[in-house]
Amino acid sequence: MPAMTRADAMGLLIAFIARLITGAQGHWKGCPPKAEQRIYFANHQSHLDWVLIWAALPEELRAQTRPIAARDYWTSGRFKHWITREVFNAVYVSRQRTDDQDPLGPLQDALKSGDSLVIFPEGTRSNKGEPQAFKSGLYHLAEQFPGVRLIPAWIDNVQRVMPKGEVVPVPILCTVTFGAPVQLQPDEDKRGFLARARDAVLALRPPESH
Amino acid sequence: MIDLTRLRNLTVDEQVALLFVALFGLLALTSIAVALRAITRDDEDRFEREMQLRRDLRAVWLGAAVFWVSWIAGPLGATLTFSVFSFLALREFITLAHTRRGDHRSLIMAFFIVLPLQYLIVGLQRFDLFTVFIPVYVFLAIPVVSALAGDPHRFLERNAKIQWGIMVCVFGLSHAPALLLLDLPRFDGKGAFLLFFLVIVVAAGQIAQELASRRLRRRPTVRQIDRSFSWRAWGLGLLFAAMVGAALFWITPVKPGTAALMAVLAAGCGTLGDLVMRALKKDAGVRYWGNRSSITGAVGLLDRVAPLCFAAPVFFHAVRWYF
Repeated sequence: MPAMTRADAMGLLIAFIARLITGAQGHWKGCPPKAEQRIYFANHQSHLDWVLIWAALPEELRAQTRPIAARDYWTSGRFKHWITREVFNAVYVSRQRTDDQDPLGPLQDALKSGDSLVIFPEGTRSNKGEPQAFKSGLYHLAEQFPGVRLIPAWIDNVQRVMPKGEVVPVPILCTVTFGAPVQLQPDEDKRGFLARARDAVLALRPPESH
Repeated sequence: MIDLTRLRNLTVDEQVALLFVALFGLLALTSIAVALRAITRDDEDRFEREMQLRRDLRAVWLGAAVFWVSWIAGPLGATLTFSVFSFLALREFITLAHTRRGDHRSLIMAFFIVLPLQYLIVGLQRFDLFTVFIPVYVFLAIPVVSALAGDPHRFLERNAKIQWGIMVCVFGLSHAPALLLLDLPRFDGKGAFLLFFLVIVVAAGQIAQELASRRLRRRPTVRQIDRSFSWRAWGLGLLFAAMVGAALFWITPVKPGTAALMAVLAAGCGTLGDLVMRALKKDAGVRYWGNRSSITGAVGLLDRVAPLCFAAPVFFHAVRWYF
């Protein structure tokens, strides 16, 4: 058995803290947790969203499931860089758009090498309850990688744990509900698909939360 | 026939050790009996009830193990163990309390300042401060922090919920390790027996009430809140708790009659406290605390410890006043 690295230990510690504070319960309603190539897409309300999804995954799936991180922010400090590179194995993307570069390039590379991704198609955090309209990246990935399963997920309650502007989280139980895979239909256009994907995420919201 | 005089000649530690041997022996026998019954009878109707029984049994095992660990770990271990319980129970409570943004600082104070301080005071055995810290000082501090957050919307309601959660999950539950650490004249070091007595009589009252209400099928007293609660079943539960308490008088520092009275007091508080928690759950629209959108029937921690949260403070002070 290989020895545990510092990054592994840090990962376990982060998952433990996430579970202690939020419970990070994963409810697999539409699909079982499975080691196949997937893109999880979810609503985005808090900085903790990624950690919550990650902690809700079974431990053996965490290493292959990667977040997207903004390169300029997450590589600016040594610790931030180490956490995203070594612990979370993040895919870095540039926020500034350059003409010669496809912004989805790093994501495509990760998918080509067989990894799973977690993306938040709203692009930014919203705290109005209902998710905003989805950006088109999800559509392009679905088109280019038909073999990758697209799993919708709803993260519930996390905005209460750490509202915008606060730094200390309050212990409140959160759930991550994973739904049935969404597929791009042969005759479906971009707008139709993105609306359907958003509805699939919204449909997973527990009835008692508003 | 058990020779009681020989039991009394054992040292305190040996007596406590014997208590745990008896407890775990009894649990092992029950588990074996349940397992055997599952082999011999396998009809589908009983399956659901069987699973419920097993979950309950597992919880009792866990409770007994925690009890044992907190005993061998001494004052520090006991307070640490119960503070974790308080933390998890308060987490379940606050989840359903629908707090707002403006409550954030108050909640941080509740979880990360009030809770550790209360258990620190228990660990230091400063029982005078322990009794007034939350009801007096925290009672004032929480609404001040909340007012400073500047959100007047439903102010009283939000603060009342947080206060209430702290009272039940932190203040109430912290009396359990306090019992372990309570030094009584002619009874020092035997706090484990008191906690054991409390848990057993509360559980006995609860179980007897449950069985009685199933058997009697009386009209429920408060149908809107609990379909099984009736005064007669409640009385039968207390009666059984009194009998258990009297039978266990020899592990307490009191006589059989007093032990029975204390058992009635504790079991009464426990069962009525459970009724109160049921009302809260009905209001929140859930069957169990904790796992919200669960379909597995998992029972929250708060469901297990709620009767203890209500019974422990009353029992604790009854014991202290008596001596």
